[in-house]
Amino acid sequence: MNTIVCIKQVPDTTEIKLDPVTGTMIREGVPSIMNPDDRSGLELALQLRERHGGTVTVITMGPRQAEAILREALALGVDRAILLSDRKFAGADTLATSNTLAGALRALPFDVIITGRQAIDGDTAQVGPQIAEHLDLPQVTYVERASLETPAALRVRRAVEEGHQTVEVDLPCLLTVLAGAVEPRYMSVRGIIEAYNKEIEQWDYSRVTVDERAIGLAGSPTRVFKSFSRGAKNACEPRELPVEEAVDLILAGLREKFII
Amino acid sequence: MDKTEYKDIFVFAEQREGVLQEVAAELLGKARELADKSGERVRALLLGENVAPLAAECIARGAHAVLLVEAPELAVYTTEPYAQAMYHLVATRHPSILLLGATTIGRDLAPRLSARLATGLTADCTGLEISDDGDLLMTRPAFGGNLMATILCKEHRPQMSTVRPGVARPRPLDPGARGDVERVTIPFNPVKFRTRVTGFEPAERSRVDIAAARVLVSGGRGMGGAEGFRLLESLADALGAEVSSSRAAVDDGVAARERQVGQTGKTVRPDLYIAAGISGAVQHLAGMEESGYIVAINKDRTAPVFQVADLGIVGDARQIIPALERRIRLTRSK
Repeated sequence: MNTIVCIKQVPDTTEIKLDPVTGTMIREGVPSIMNPDDRSGLELALQLRERHGGTVTVITMGPRQAEAILREALALGVDRAILLSDRKFAGADTLATSNTLAGALRALPFDVIITGRQAIDGDTAQVGPQIAEHLDLPQVTYVERASLETPAALRVRRAVEEGHQTVEVDLPCLLTVLAGAVEPRYMSVRGIIEAYNKEIEQWDYSRVTVDERAIGLAGSPTRVFKSFSRGAKNACEPRELPVEEAVDLILAGLREKFII
Repeated sequence: MDKTEYKDIFVFAEQREGVLQEVAAELLGKARELADKSGERVRALLLGENVAPLAAECIARGAHAVLLVEAPELAVYTTEPYAQAMYHLVATRHPSILLLGATTIGRDLAPRLSARLATGLTADCTGLEISDDGDLLMTRPAFGGNLMATILCKEHRPQMSTVRPGVARPRPLDPGARGDVERVTIPFNPVKFRTRVTGFEPAERSRVDIAAARVLVSGGRGMGGAEGFRLLESLADALGAEVSSSRAAVDDGVAARERQVGQTGKTVRPDLYIAAGISGAVQHLAGMEESGYIVAINKDRTAPVFQVADLGIVGDARQIIPALERRIRLTRSK
């Protein structure tokens, strides 16, 4: 079974701090990581390969620096790593991104495509299902586990609000995987050394089967009109008081707001 | 594309097992508010099997009219039958705006549909407004809630958005409201139905719904564990409130996951939110900053929670909480 995992390099948002005065994001010094949901998706792909044979390919769209996560994937044992990088891809919203990725995936053999549920920088959870639509594949989202049910179908466990569903899905298909559901493995020392002897394929626009008008900024129906940090607009001046005086102050506040 | 050919607001009236979801009521109310400003109409898209009785509820919640699709293919949600039905409704009727709840169903369906319609989609919005040009301004958090972005979809229709549950308030039920219910038959293509739901395992029934509470007494690591949380429970009892928590307290096993507030927990907007011993990671603040009145108690003067608090006390919550409880019980007994 051949699996392709779409991965993304993201800033580690758990490391982002807000400037207490301006309320703006401090991005400097924030490390870049492989998106956590994608890391679990990659682990699921490696487990499927261990059980059923086949190959695992990783692909990412991004600038040159995104090679770092491909190298990491190679160290974890993937067979093939592809960097999709071209100025034409830049400025893409989720639809244009999904068009680019789908265009690249058309050129590759696969039974299963895996994406993370969502990336921690954008939190959209849109690119996976959009790829599935472009490639006319059935999709299962919020996946925690998957196994081969018959030669032509996977059995998948997915999380929904009220519990867990079991879903059967015909191959080929696309799954979006939740972080935390599958514990990702660590890189081995040997894996890390070997990763540096493996090639990362560089693909530009010429390798991608997609209309130029459907990608990048031009292919993006949505635009950021403005962005802002939540700011410190409500910031209060915290008061340090003896316990009973603090309680007086709280009670006064609650009375003023008619809460008590 | 001629934008004038697209009008009205369509709302996906999500139902599960014949129950209209709270988020559907919230979106119908929000859509009605927007439509009243722009002079458009709100249509609820009600899909399922034997769901006709919910049409009246959609109208009582703000829909001018209902498009009703009843089919056995729609009995249990799977992506493709719902995508085909929604595509048919949208492609034949050209709404200007299409709203879905940001639930596991809405976030599975909306991106699939947006790609089929080749239009823009904005995920998990927390704010919707109409611009002076008549476009939809869709505001959403990104970077784990560190940044807010307002998104426009100017040249494509419909303008699609999934909206986070709990950010809009439903309109009060108007039992006198009247509206048309139009039944639509979908020409399904079952060859494309390639997923089958074969089993379901319900989660342990949640006993509490912190999102519904008017007052929340919320604790973090600063409460010092289970003993500290008992102080919160006692105060919550005095206030008629629920106890909620930060992620840290959940990770420590002190609070149940169903009580977690924040990006990976629930979004809450009670009238009063007391944050005790919570430093206020942005992921937490994103889930509670819309609360009516926020009281924060923390030992650390620089704790980020003070940035969103209306009233901040620098001190030990483990002393202040029981003192506050005593005074409230005294007031009540008078």
